[in-house]
Amino acid sequence: MKRFLGFVKKEFIHIFRDYRTLIILFGIPAVQILVFGFVVSTDIKDAGVAILDLSRDETTQKLTDKILSSGFFRKTGELLNYNDIDRIFKKGNTKAVIIFEKDLGSRLFREGTASVNIIADGSEPNVATLVSNYISAIISDFNREMNKTLLSSSPVVQPEVRMYFNPSLKSHFMFVPGVITLIMILICALMTSVTITREKEFGTMEVLLVSPLKPSQIILGKVAPYFLLSFINIITILILSWFVFGLPVRGSLILLLLETMLYIMMSLTLGILISTVSKTMQQAIFISAIGMMLPTILLSGFIFPIENMPKVYDYFSSILPPRYFIVIIKNIMIKGTGLQYVWKETLIIALMTLIFMALSIKKFSLRLQQ
Amino acid sequence: MKNNSKPVTGYPSSKGEETMERGETVITVRNLVKKFGSFVANDNLTFEVYRGEIFGFLGANGAGKTTAIRILSGLLQPTSGEVRVAGFDAWKESEMIKKHIGYMCQKFSLYEDLTVKENIQLYGGIYGMSDELIKERTEALLEKLRFTEYKDRLISGLPLGFRQKLAFAVAVLHQPEIVFLDEPTGGVDPITRRQFWEMIYETADSGITVFVTTHYMDEAEYCDRVSIMSEGRIVALDTPENLKKQFNTESIEEVFISIARPGKSSINLLNINQ
Repeated sequence: MKRFLGFVKKEFIHIFRDYRTLIILFGIPAVQILVFGFVVSTDIKDAGVAILDLSRDETTQKLTDKILSSGFFRKTGELLNYNDIDRIFKKGNTKAVIIFEKDLGSRLFREGTASVNIIADGSEPNVATLVSNYISAIISDFNREMNKTLLSSSPVVQPEVRMYFNPSLKSHFMFVPGVITLIMILICALMTSVTITREKEFGTMEVLLVSPLKPSQIILGKVAPYFLLSFINIITILILSWFVFGLPVRGSLILLLLETMLYIMMSLTLGILISTVSKTMQQAIFISAIGMMLPTILLSGFIFPIENMPKVYDYFSSILPPRYFIVIIKNIMIKGTGLQYVWKETLIIALMTLIFMALSIKKFSLRLQQ
Repeated sequence: MKNNSKPVTGYPSSKGEETMERGETVITVRNLVKKFGSFVANDNLTFEVYRGEIFGFLGANGAGKTTAIRILSGLLQPTSGEVRVAGFDAWKESEMIKKHIGYMCQKFSLYEDLTVKENIQLYGGIYGMSDELIKERTEALLEKLRFTEYKDRLISGLPLGFRQKLAFAVAVLHQPEIVFLDEPTGGVDPITRRQFWEMIYETADSGITVFVTTHYMDEAEYCDRVSIMSEGRIVALDTPENLKKQFNTESIEEVFISIARPGKSSINLLNINQ
């Protein structure tokens, strides 16, 4: 045991003496959470809209005020005629133009219907869709209020949508769990594979193998510090996302931490496996960084829903551990569900850990025989 | 094999003739075979190494030196044959062997981001030495190497010769019965090489058997006995003096050339088991 502890201590010295390791271990996760959380946002905030009000009556004024006071939009200009539309779009900061038809107010009262024309900047399809959806939502809300005050005799079916678990559709709810999933596997696998291949490359691994330390102790000793630090890391991320984004952990925190430990363990064994197949540190970095980052971002359901993928990608993504952890972490953090809803995913990750472990041991002893 | 003569003059040796009597056997190898698939890396090796001697292992790259040293140090299992190291059986007691040997490989084996003292402590700890013992030996070692002022310096800031000497000192810190040196002087300047060999002699004098592979032929002359490997077999084994007599040459280098001459099939096998 004393042999082992001395060995672990040495690994900590490696980590704390190398500022690059520290940056990767603690800097990158925090930065990623903040960057993804703030920058990669699908929320609308202060999107520029221009108003072309051909009616200029009380109703259009009310509607304009309602749209602009929603907090989602800011006015970039008042247009006088249709020719201005092209010009203001070309200026660039306007995402949509709202056109109120002539005599909108009086027509609404006389005929019971009037139209608002929304022209969105289609060069940015995602933003255009979001902006037009938001404006439509505000207008239908306005309709409802009108109907109430007018006690309209004609009954209309009004859909009322509520986003369960995330009423205001904050994109942090999607990104924070995704980023945790991504960086944990990246960092754990990267760190362990690099630290083990480094010993191989420098020739110290051979000396360790000849020593009375057992191979399992060597591997465990190399991985243990990263397990501990990753765990501290995940707690930092959770605290950060709670204070900065107000992201709650609705379910059991203990369960979340246990699941995270399992996931960290899986990532570490994956790192060990990578180290057994790579000869140099570059190779290890390449496999764990590039080989895992892209599939995780694209195919794990982190950003793009798996349901919409062609079947082939769906099958491929089922071998990616992050796919399962995303489900687990979203369930626990956002829906507040317990183990009974995520046991299947938990089991799959546990199984993957065992498989990676078995493969590493096999590869490791095979390498020794050569 | 019977006549252990003094190492070649010109290099220091404090060994007197009386200590050169054949001591007890610390390594016994009989009919050792190691195969990788159909490739035979070690073909029926048989030899013995005695306590306190410096046993040189020579051969071209791919001759099977590294494979043999790995089997002896418990890293590899033999395919067949009997191997006993420090009184333990390589088949069943490789863990025990590991506790009683020291090892230094051709690649540099200390941690560059650890200080001199930390490296010594790490290896001392790995070999199960007590803190007091580590402390005591560390001081003695630093004193002897005149390294005391560098004890808190990182290895990365030290010259190669320095490191190599330290690596050797660390490999024998736990006073093993045998120390295996796999091409320890690769890439080292002549002066350091000489100092290194002085350390080897001192170590052997203290009763630690030194098993060293090298491809510097002049170094072979400093060994008590030399074995020359070619194509996985031991083709010659005796004291440097006797070998030179036997092959009627001036130096071990010529002995080696007459045995492992290029053109033999051994050359085609170079690097296969690396």
